[in-house]
This record gives sequence, C-alpha cells and structure tokens, in this order.
Amino acid sequence: MLTFIGRRLFATIPVVGMVALFVFLMLRMTPADPAAIIAGDYATTEQIAEIREKLGLNKPLHEQFVIWVGRVVQGDFGESFFFKKTVASLIAQRLEPTIALAVVTIVLSVLIAVPIGVLAAWRQGSWVDRTVMGFSVMGFSVPVFVVGYALIFIFSVRLDWLPVQGYVRIGEDFGAFLERLILPAITLSVIYIALIARISRASVLEVLNEDYIRTARAKGLSNRVVLMKHALRNAAVPIVTVIGIGIALLIGGVVVTESVYNIPGLGRLTVDAVTGRDYPTIQAVILLFSVAYVGVNLVIDLVYTLLDPRIRY
Amino acid sequence: MISRRSLWRSAAAAFVALPLALGAGSALAQGKTLKAVMHSDLKILDPIWTTAYIVRNHGYMIYDTLFAMDDSFTVKPQMVEKFDVSADKLTYTFTLRDGLMWHDGKPVTSDDCIASIKRWGSRDSMGQKLVSFVKDFEKVDDKTFKLVLKEPYGLVIDSLGKPSSNVPFMMPKRVADTPGTEQIKEFVGSGPFIFKQEEWKPGEKVVYVKFDKYKPRSEPASGLAGGKVVNFDRVEWLAISDPQTAVNALVSGEIDLIESPAADLIPILEAEKSVKFFNWNKLGNQYTMRINWLQPPFDKEKVRQAAMMALNQEDFLKAVHGDAKYFDVYKSYYPKGTPLATTKGMEKVLESNFAESKKLLQEAGYDGTPIVLLHSTDLEVLTNLAPVARDLLTRGGFKVDMQSMDWQTVVARRAKKDPANAGGWHAMLTSWVSADILNPVMISFMNASCEKANFGWPCDENIEKMRDQFSKETDPAKQKAIAEQLQIAATKAVTHVPLGQWYRSGAHKDTVTGWLSAPAPVFWNMTKK
Repeated sequence: MLTFIGRRLFATIPVVGMVALFVFLMLRMTPADPAAIIAGDYATTEQIAEIREKLGLNKPLHEQFVIWVGRVVQGDFGESFFFKKTVASLIAQRLEPTIALAVVTIVLSVLIAVPIGVLAAWRQGSWVDRTVMGFSVMGFSVPVFVVGYALIFIFSVRLDWLPVQGYVRIGEDFGAFLERLILPAITLSVIYIALIARISRASVLEVLNEDYIRTARAKGLSNRVVLMKHALRNAAVPIVTVIGIGIALLIGGVVVTESVYNIPGLGRLTVDAVTGRDYPTIQAVILLFSVAYVGVNLVIDLVYTLLDPRIRY
Repeated sequence: MISRRSLWRSAAAAFVALPLALGAGSALAQGKTLKAVMHSDLKILDPIWTTAYIVRNHGYMIYDTLFAMDDSFTVKPQMVEKFDVSADKLTYTFTLRDGLMWHDGKPVTSDDCIASIKRWGSRDSMGQKLVSFVKDFEKVDDKTFKLVLKEPYGLVIDSLGKPSSNVPFMMPKRVADTPGTEQIKEFVGSGPFIFKQEEWKPGEKVVYVKFDKYKPRSEPASGLAGGKVVNFDRVEWLAISDPQTAVNALVSGEIDLIESPAADLIPILEAEKSVKFFNWNKLGNQYTMRINWLQPPFDKEKVRQAAMMALNQEDFLKAVHGDAKYFDVYKSYYPKGTPLATTKGMEKVLESNFAESKKLLQEAGYDGTPIVLLHSTDLEVLTNLAPVARDLLTRGGFKVDMQSMDWQTVVARRAKKDPANAGGWHAMLTSWVSADILNPVMISFMNASCEKANFGWPCDENIEKMRDQFSKETDPAKQKAIAEQLQIAATKAVTHVPLGQWYRSGAHKDTVTGWLSAPAPVFWNMTKK
C-alpha cells in the first residue's frame, strides 16, 4: 500500500509539470499585457515599457519559465503583479472560504444525493423515481449562476432570510459563517446532487439485478438488509468514483458561485487574476487545483480498498 | 426594525453555536460604518504610479492636495492657506495651513510638499510639463516654500489642483522620495481618512477609518475643495465584482452605496423606493474614437477626416445609454459646461455625411484596406460602441474589420505600433472622465508630439506649438482663444474624435445624504441615518 501511495505521489510530478508548462504557455500566448493593465488606462507607452521591464516580462519565454520553475521548486510562487503580496499569502488568505464551501457542498450533496438515488432505484418507475430523475435533469441543465441568482432573489431579496453576499470567517462568528454559506452551498450542490443521485440510482439498479441479490431475497432477508448490506455496499465503488470526478465540477462551480455570492475564495482570486493577467497568481492557483485534483483521486483510489476487498495495490 | 433575517440568524446562532456567537458581535461596536461598492477592486495603492481611477479615489481618501477644484471648476487652496505670485509671474510662494498633520502624528512640512510635487512631476504628463518650467523649489521655512519658474507658465495653479489621474497628492518626504518608477511601500497621508492596511484584503475589502486629527477648512465642502468633514467612523469598500450581486446587496440593505451601477440593472434599482440616484460626476464622461496615425490609410489626413464625416454622436450614445437623460450630444473636445467648451470648428463634422466621407476617401485614393477596429466586449459602457462605428464607417465608404476582445487585450493591443495585419490596429473606442480633459494640455489625445504622443501617435507641429502657447499664456481670455484655435486644428488633423458626453449616477440608500458632486467619488460631507 505504501509503495502504491509513493508511486502515485511520484506520478503527480510529471502531471503537475505538464500543467505548469501548459498554463505558463497559455498565459503568455494570450494577447493582453499585464504591464498595460497595471499602468492604468491612460499610461504612456514608455510607462508600460518600464513596468514590463520591472516585471521581467521582456526576458525570453524559456528564461521566464526556468526562473519561475526554479522558484516553485523551492516553494516560492513569487509575488502578485498587482497586490505586491506574495502569491502564497494571497492563497492562504483565500483558502478557508473555498475549503469551507467545498466541504459543506460535498457533505450536503452526499447526504442528499445518495439516499434519493438509492430510493429512486428501489422504487424504480414510481413517482419518487420520476421526481428524482426530473430533478437530476434539471440540476444538470440549469447553470450554477442562474440557481444562485434565483435563490438570492427568493431567500435574500424577497424573504430577507439570508444575506445576499459576503463571507465571515469561521473563527469570527460561527452563526454568521453558517448564515453566509447556506445559499452558496445549496447553489453549488444542485449540479453535484444531480450527478451523484443519477449514478447512485444507476449503480444500485445494476446491483439489484445481480444474482446474489436474488439469492439474498430467497434467503428471506428483509428489504432493509438487502438494500443496505448487499446492494449499497456493492454499488459504492462507482458512487465514490463519481464523487471524486465531481471535484472537477466543484472547482469550476466554485469560481462561479464565489463570484455570484461575493465569497473571497480561490475561485474569485482566479477570476480576478485572469482578468488582470496576474501571471504568478494564475499559475499558482491552477497548480494548486491540479495538485488537489490528483490528491482527491488518490484518496478515492485508497477508499476503493475499503469498499471492495478484492481491490489491492 | 428587526428583519426576519436577524430573527432567523439569532435563532440559528443560539441553537448552533451559542458560545461562539456570544464571543462575537464586534460589528455592533464598530460605530457608524458606510459600506460602498466601487467601480473596481483596489489592487495598487500608489496614485502617482498608476493612472487607474480606483487608485485615484483611494488617494482622495487618505491624501490631501495643495489645491482642489470646486463645484464650479475653480481651483481653490486646500492645504495651502495663502499663495502669492510675483509681479513677473515667475515666483509662486505657498504657505501651508496651520495644524496639517500626517496620520503618524508628524506635521506636514514644506519639504514634504516639494518632494511630493517632484515625484508627481516625474510621472504625470501635466506634472512633467509644469516641472519642465520650474527653475527651482525653495524652502522658506517649515510652512512656506517657493516655486521659481524659468519663464511664465499659465497652468501652475491648475496643475497643482488637477482633479483627476494623476492627482498631485501630498505625501511625507520619506515616502515621496521613492522614485516615480517604483511603487511606494508606506501609505501615510494627511487626508481625512486613514487607510487600515492590516484590514486590507485584496478582492474582499478596503477599510478606512476617520482621521480624528484632520482639520477641515472652514469653507463648506464644494467639489473637491472646502471643508472635508467626515461623518463616519469607518468606510468599507467591498469588492463585489458581480454587478447583479451588488444591486441585490444594495436593495437588501447590506451595502449603502454603489459608485456606478450597471446600466441594465438601473431599472431594478429605480423600482426600489429606498434607493436613490445621485449624479456625483456632473461633468460626466466623453466617448472618444482614437485613430492610429501610423497605419495607412489613416496616415492620410483626408482619410481621417472622412472617418469624422461618417460618424455622428447620437448613434453611439443611444446604443449604450438609450435614454437621452443619460447623455448629451455636444461636438467639442472640451466637456460641455466647462470654461473652454466650444463647438467651433466642428460645425460640419460628426453629422454622418456619407457622401462627403466617400468623396474624401476617393480624393485620398483609399484602396479599400480594411480598417482594424478594436471592439471591447466586457465593459458594458464600451461594448456597443464599436459595432456602431463599424456600421457608420462602412456606410461612409470604409471597409472595416472589427475584431472583438476583452478590454485588457484592447489595452495591450493599442500600445502596439505594428502594422494592423500583424497585431496592430487602426481605430479603437474609449471613454474619458471629463475632469481629465478640461484643457488642451490635460487632453492627452491632443498631444501631437509624434513618437512621444500617447497611443495613436498623432504628429502635428502646429498643434504642439499651440499647446505650448496655451500653457504659457496666463490670461484666461487669451487661453480660451488659443483653445478654440486648437480645437479647429485638431478637428482638421483629427487627433481623435469626440463622440459625446454621457452620465452615470451612483445609487445609494435613502439613509445616505450629502454625497458631493465632484470629479471623483468622495466620502466626506456624506452622512448616514
């Protein structure tokens, strides 16, 4: 097992390396110039050139890449072009809101999606099944920002139950923290619930048609035991897989949700950095997301061994 | 009144986390706070280093100026108690007001002001012009200093009272000694607010607190001049990047003010009884088309004139703002309502005279080279301009290649002198805050000094001579006459094309009063019930 983990961790190096190279080149190929953005709308050509020089953007591409990689290897992600703060400190400042939003979303999604997916499978063809599948299709089809604006309009603007925007850190005021996280988490979990519920239904349905389920029923086991002990356990591997895959959706959704609810997390940081062509920040955040994605996949692979004794690494 | 949300929150907090909730509540103890959403997030903190308006606005919060422009566009003393001009108009003596103090408690001195003017003069175009006329700065004592000129210069006071980017803000000498090419690292001003650097979270909020030791002038506040009386303990600028979210936050009372709400969301705010509008920048803004003189066919005067013949202001203004109450058709390089405003020289242009445009193109031998028109797609006040320009220019006989991109790409692209088919450009559209274009020296698009000019690089010796004459002239009547002649010359040469004036009011809760009309949004004089 340890060898497997070591091997997988080692395998992340070329993945992250490729991501780094790709992001670096993509950014340099976009036509906008961070120096022109920093200088302001009415800066002269000389002022822009001066800033380019200061930022080291006049150096050849390969030289810029080597300098950046050299620093990253030492744990130095550089300084934001705009904020004159280290990228590491900016990320550290933005980490908590994003992690909080992601964790609450995942917990909420799993707690809702798995039971309704299983229920839909158990009651296949009934109104419960149709309702769950209808919701699932809708969850996939409606963009995250539409869900966000609709919830804000209903629960914040009209009913005045919850705040429109903002974030309060967990250590500052736990009540306010929860209050500000409810709508964003529901918004973000809609698509996630749709995805997990659908896969849960399909997996459980498949397992319910297996011979060993028929055998279990023939042995006179109760529906509850058949469902919980035999069906669900065997259907868990694809469900866990889709939860892992959903992390990618979550990263994309976080960017939109944080913008709609004005949550100062990594998603907002990414958007701000992209619009401002803040190269060091974009590169660091994308690297972080890719490492997180690889890490989540590793965890999912390890969870397989707990769910299915036949899987050994 | 207790809202349902407050009740809900109290119940939830009590149920979920009573001990933690009891330890909080610091917000209640914060006193009077105003929460505002500005047009952009504050990322850079040096208002001399960048021309970005949000940094200028930050400058007005924490710094003060020697002179300031009032509501009627007159430059008045601000930090200066009195000033004197010698008979030969070569020596200006300034005496600072009593009690001026930096936020660290040290007094403001002549040395600080001299260093600040020098740094600003190394960076700002109007400042550079002023400093080029300065023979020497002389410190008389801690409160008095002299500015000695090489020859008379008519814009000394106008320059020191320049209302918009870059504003000559005063900084402590140790800060102002930072070269203009580097950003300052310490943010100590003598203005009415203190910047709380430790609470500044880029992308989240900027916090200012009242500077208790600030001594406002005795005159009532007017524009950027007069007594800067602060009625809040704290002002927070929240970085809400989504315009819809900002509007929702204002409607629900989470914020007090939006500097510039998006046009398409204004009807939502108009429907809210508790939301009011205020046109804080009554001079508004001016749309402008910039033409690149380096790229054929715009290297020919007649082709540039043909473009000016084909365009008209109303189509542009209607395309963006719809309702005529938000714009003024006014054919002038100088903003309507300002001292130099005139329509002289523009009587026959900007009327969409397509026949005349085609005739001029024919005379110039236009060969049908496509005009690369840069189209900014992500700023709602600019997005609709380029399609209108494409249509009018096409009807005027041009072949137009409109290329769409985000504003930041436009900003990068317009700085390129490459041929249009190799990453360069022919024409682009932008907008100026009217306070930035009050006279021919301030209008950087009128600078026709060839390579040294702003992007577009117009080249006209006659215009440059007249701009010099204007800056040396000290008689306002003669200045106005020169400004008129300059407008006639610039219209003939087509340094740029003014496309009309537009206005965007700020929105605020009805609990907020006293918002001042000024070229920049300011937070003194304002109160909140």
